[in-house]
Amino acid sequence: MQRTTLDLWVGAFVVAGIAALVVLALKVGNLSTYNVSETYQLSAYFTNVGGLKATASVRSAGVLVGRVSSITLDSDRYEAKVTVSIDKRYQFPKDTFANILTSGLLGEQYIGLIPGGDEEVLQDGEVFRKTQSAIVLEDLIGKFLFSQADAK
Amino acid sequence: MSEQALVEIRDVNFSYDQRPVLNGINMSFGKGKVIAVMGGSGCGKTTLFRLIGGALRPNRGEVRIDGKVIHELGDRGLYEMRRKMGVLFQFGALFTDMSVFDNVAFQMREHTDLPEEIIHDLVMMKLHAVGLRGTHDLMPAELSGGMARRVALARTIALDPMLILYDEPFAGLDPISLSVVGQLIRKLNDALGTTSVVVTHDVQESLKIVDYVYFISDGVIRAEGTPDEIRASNDPFVHQFVHGEVDGPLPFHYPAAKTYAQDMGVTD
Amino acid sequence: MPLIKSVRAVGHSAVDSVWRLGVASRFLAMTLLQSGMSFRRFQLIVKEMFSSGVMSLIIIGVAGLFVGMVLGLQGFETLKRYGSESALGSLVALSLVRELGPVLAALLFASRAGSAMTAEIGLMKATEQIAAMEMMAVNPVARVVAPRFWAGVISMPLLAALFSAMGVFGGYVVGVVMIGVDEGSFWSQMQASVDFRDDIINGVIKSFVFGVAVTVIALFEGFDAPPTAEGVSGATTRTVVESSLAILMLDFILTAFMFRGV
Repeated sequence: MQRTTLDLWVGAFVVAGIAALVVLALKVGNLSTYNVSETYQLSAYFTNVGGLKATASVRSAGVLVGRVSSITLDSDRYEAKVTVSIDKRYQFPKDTFANILTSGLLGEQYIGLIPGGDEEVLQDGEVFRKTQSAIVLEDLIGKFLFSQADAK
Repeated sequence: MSEQALVEIRDVNFSYDQRPVLNGINMSFGKGKVIAVMGGSGCGKTTLFRLIGGALRPNRGEVRIDGKVIHELGDRGLYEMRRKMGVLFQFGALFTDMSVFDNVAFQMREHTDLPEEIIHDLVMMKLHAVGLRGTHDLMPAELSGGMARRVALARTIALDPMLILYDEPFAGLDPISLSVVGQLIRKLNDALGTTSVVVTHDVQESLKIVDYVYFISDGVIRAEGTPDEIRASNDPFVHQFVHGEVDGPLPFHYPAAKTYAQDMGVTD
Repeated sequence: MPLIKSVRAVGHSAVDSVWRLGVASRFLAMTLLQSGMSFRRFQLIVKEMFSSGVMSLIIIGVAGLFVGMVLGLQGFETLKRYGSESALGSLVALSLVRELGPVLAALLFASRAGSAMTAEIGLMKATEQIAAMEMMAVNPVARVVAPRFWAGVISMPLLAALFSAMGVFGGYVVGVVMIGVDEGSFWSQMQASVDFRDDIINGVIKSFVFGVAVTVIALFEGFDAPPTAEGVSGATTRTVVESSLAILMLDFILTAFMFRGV
């Protein structure tokens, strides 16, 4: 096969295109934060998940420890069942709090874990017993207005 | 001649939609001959050409090449047959995105597995035959009209076809290029032992080089014969054509629905 | 009477468009069926990738850079009002990766490479090069159309990715280097909001679909053009108009499918 300068140009073009894709994937996208290490599943029930979405992050003390894998409605309890995948490197006590928090006033919602003092740790498939639902801004404003009205 | 004929056209009728173009054409092109098909513009020459190439099917009758009926061949058979045919298009139809060398090598690369060194030698031979070996690395846009026609001729003979069709090979050439192309058609035909069909309206040049002439007008053959017979012919149509007279059996005026006086509003 | 006449004209052109769509679909099927040669002789595709892909690099790169810079500037002005300048990174990256990268790159590709393809094939037809190829027992769809089709389809996602990457860089230059948004939050907000599967892969799928649409329209218009100067120039115009409309329409359909809820 003869090599021509044209081949060089086309080769450079393909390399540049693929490099751009890699940059997008690693630098711009969150592919680098999908850890390949093994995970275990835990779940939690919330009365209201607000704007939480699948793939939202799970953080403890601000450190990313896992991701939300699914959100479904439990039709027996009429509560949202949130399943999260937690990195195997991290263990949490049985009385850990799972809260839905917001990064900044209008930012993304994520699950924050606040460890308790229990000596036993949560095993794969177990449930967080203590949860706190998302703060819904409308409810807050509503409560505030009512309390203002009552005060008068 | 008929037992040696390479191309046999029998009783061919053809019409585009309702407009009849060819009407009961019979022709026979002997092996090794150069045949001219002449006629005025729009007389059905190009249609005849496309019928021989298998691009169109006749409404009636048949075209046989080398004993095979062209329109019964099917796609594969037709492509098989076309490999044995060479066609020179009106303005050469060189591939504008390839060099002269690649143009001539095109069919060799598409249809054969020859190694590149042999293709190189073959291309040089073909270009040498038309006297343009020195142009091999030029692009078609850098050639003059006559040179482009000769390169196209080299490309046409690339795979040594048994039949070469020329569509208006003299159109738009200066007198010198015109003679060069004319002589090349004759020489290449004799050297390669092919049969050539020249569709043209250039009477003087083609009478110099061909073996046999057909005159077509209004879809029928008006006259045929060897160049000498044509020159000596008393047929008014042939006479008008050979001598380029303005009026004659082929009228100057296109038939009009109304008379000239009516169109000008002179009469009521 | 004029009313009936114009209604008839509308109906006529509607039937005609549907007819052309049918012919174009058959043309696409024919191109796919005749693609064997292009992959056996990959050099044919490489040659066409030079004229469609490499030759579009500069316009794509420069346009991407400036679009990213404008996004950085406008996004900053808007986000500043809500005090969330740190979200600039995610705004720039999401708009580029999801929409602007694939769509604008495809629009530029249609007017740069698509029109050139139409003109080239139209001229090849007008100068009987296509007919000559047929008479040489070479199928022009396999030899001329299919390599250009695949070159366009391969080039388009690469060009769109380059457009987006240049745009992100442009947004970075304006947002971080010139205006002074915090670099760390620029990148981390971006990474937190751009999802590899939902955003980047979907963007690539979009540009792939646009690549198919633009090249099929360009090649079909060229192949279908009347073999005259007006015919070819008309076909070139139609390529740009039709492929631009097709890109925007397909973008809506694809977006509706891809980003519905989550």
